[in-house]
Amino acid sequence: MEITVNNQQRTVDTSTTLSALIDEMGLDDKRIAIEYNRDILSREQFSTITLQAGDTIEIVNFVGGG
Amino acid sequence: MSFSDEMQKYPAELIQEQIANTTSNQVEQALAGERLTIRDYATLLSPAAQPYIETMAQKAHQITKQRFGNIIQLYTPMYLSNECSNGCKYCGFNASNKIPRATLTLDEIEKEAKIIHDYGFRAILLLTGEHKKMEDNSYLEAAVKRIKPLFSSISIEVYPMDTDGYKKMVSAGVDGLTLYQETYDPVLYEQLHPYGLKRNYINRLNAPDRAGEAGLRRIGVGALLGLGAFATEAFHTGLHANYLSKRYWRSHVSVSFPRIRPADGGFAPINIIDDTQLVQMVCATRLLIPDAGLFLSTRESAELRDSLMPLGITHMSAGSCTSPGGHANEGKNIEQFAIDDDRSPEQMSSIIKEKGYETVWKDWDSAFLNASSI
Amino acid sequence: MDDLIIAGRSFRSRLMVGTGKFASNAQMAETIAASGGDIVTVALRRVNIDDQQDDLLNHIDRDKYLLLPNTSGARDADEAIRLARLSRAAGCEPWVKLEVTPDPYYLLPDPIETLKAAEVLVKEGFIVLPYINADPVLAKHLQEVGVATVMPLGAPIGTNKGLKTRDNVAIIIEQAIVPVVVDAGLGAPSHAAEAMELGADAVMVNTAMAVAANPPMMAAAFAKAVEAGREAYLAGLGKQQNQAEASSPLTGFLRNK
Repeated sequence: MEITVNNQQRTVDTSTTLSALIDEMGLDDKRIAIEYNRDILSREQFSTITLQAGDTIEIVNFVGGG
Repeated sequence: MSFSDEMQKYPAELIQEQIANTTSNQVEQALAGERLTIRDYATLLSPAAQPYIETMAQKAHQITKQRFGNIIQLYTPMYLSNECSNGCKYCGFNASNKIPRATLTLDEIEKEAKIIHDYGFRAILLLTGEHKKMEDNSYLEAAVKRIKPLFSSISIEVYPMDTDGYKKMVSAGVDGLTLYQETYDPVLYEQLHPYGLKRNYINRLNAPDRAGEAGLRRIGVGALLGLGAFATEAFHTGLHANYLSKRYWRSHVSVSFPRIRPADGGFAPINIIDDTQLVQMVCATRLLIPDAGLFLSTRESAELRDSLMPLGITHMSAGSCTSPGGHANEGKNIEQFAIDDDRSPEQMSSIIKEKGYETVWKDWDSAFLNASSI
Repeated sequence: MDDLIIAGRSFRSRLMVGTGKFASNAQMAETIAASGGDIVTVALRRVNIDDQQDDLLNHIDRDKYLLLPNTSGARDADEAIRLARLSRAAGCEPWVKLEVTPDPYYLLPDPIETLKAAEVLVKEGFIVLPYINADPVLAKHLQEVGVATVMPLGAPIGTNKGLKTRDNVAIIIEQAIVPVVVDAGLGAPSHAAEAMELGADAVMVNTAMAVAANPPMMAAAFAKAVEAGREAYLAGLGKQQNQAEASSPLTGFLRNK
């Protein structure tokens, strides 16, 4: 099924959890924040969410800034 | 956060020690800058600053001219009641004093107010004692509403209220509060207020904060000079005004310099504050808060008042009478304290002119901005 | 100890350091170490999925530095609030350097949106450090909604022009009841010293360090300047003399008794 991650289309298997997606993308879940369909998630929620077709996910992390 | 928290940061013993140990070099440093820090302010209250009194006066004079121009605003107090359940040892209205007591009716208030209005005053200060007749503030509220059409500015100098009380005053038409802490020394405060609601030092200390929260346009503080030690009383008064001007930035802060006068009941000052110290405090306050209103009452002599006028004073009372209904019933008055300068408002105004100042009877009109009060 | 205290928390250094514009993360790390700073700002961005770079946080010891996320990129209050919440969700303490900069040219802060965002974030429990123009009345409004500091700019961000807003910053310092941190535009250690001499509680520097030929050395120079300026302020600067205008004595009456 198709989802949108950071404005890019991505195909994932049905019943993929958010945690699995994070692993698949090679991200460290302690250093990112996620907006799942515009809701900001706590880290504990990552493993409890199963992705649905059409989901919109924003993943952010820290970069240099003043 | 209230002023009582702020005051904790400046223990009296430390301030006293710092002031006593001030050097002339520190005084020169403090006088050289554009603005005073609170530490500079303490420096200028020291004995070491006294030889620099002329420099302080010149600076205070200049700053005042810059910020206010050549003006002196005149106001007069009006006593609504001398009934009081407090035992303040220095006050002629002390509940233990066997004197005739009166609380003016609304009609009497209006009659008195009209006389004051006819003198030319448009700024009035209402005073009462602290008494159960004043409970829930409705007496004062009714008095303000009754005389509102006669005055452009109404201030109160009464018992401390809670925030809602002050809000009630604001909506009735009060724009200014004067509340003297009397003494900032809590131990002395307790001794001087042996009974009555006024015994609550902290409640009084934090009342100007509540007035600020309630949106009073002008807030005045002061210590009754002659009670506590000069250095700490003057320091804490300036600290209080400075604190209020930062925190309640929509309110204009003022400081008064009441020195103890003989009162019915015969209280003698504990610490004599001499003229030099009074001048020091007036000038240092002006340098600390360039925009503060500085008030001088008729407690002082005509001669001294005329001399202090150019040093930073912006507001003076005149034609004062410290007994309720005193303007209407001339002659048979019981006074809270004896006034010294008994020149009439008219005389005062012409002396102000002679000194090169303009008398201001009215500097703003709440009715102009507040349609509901027209 | 003359520590900087913000929201009840004590910091040894009065120099805050930004992490943007460095040639490499290694150089950034070396620079913040040389600055002696305790508070380090970072920004939040979308993860670049195709090209995941070396994570900034690999180079910042979170036990040693307070990570202060900013809301850079936000053009209005809602975006700033969203970024602040995301930072907290990413594991930061609830501290935020609030920046709302709709103007893409000078990145000047929007006072109205900043105030709106500050009010919401304070209510949500954030410790808010707003970046503002040097506007004393705005500083008072922000204090009233409960911000932990105000951060007036010295000059537009990245311009290295120094303390162009000096007179207004002086008014803010004089009237503030929270620490004043001069942020943005400080291009040389002397600028930082000037702000500290004026009585600022701290300064924040990024570009001037990042673009120096030797960033760690410049960071060390800023550290010394901030300390020097602070000490000069505490010591009481020899003030410039204002010649009093000659006039007749005002206190003669005290002697005529």
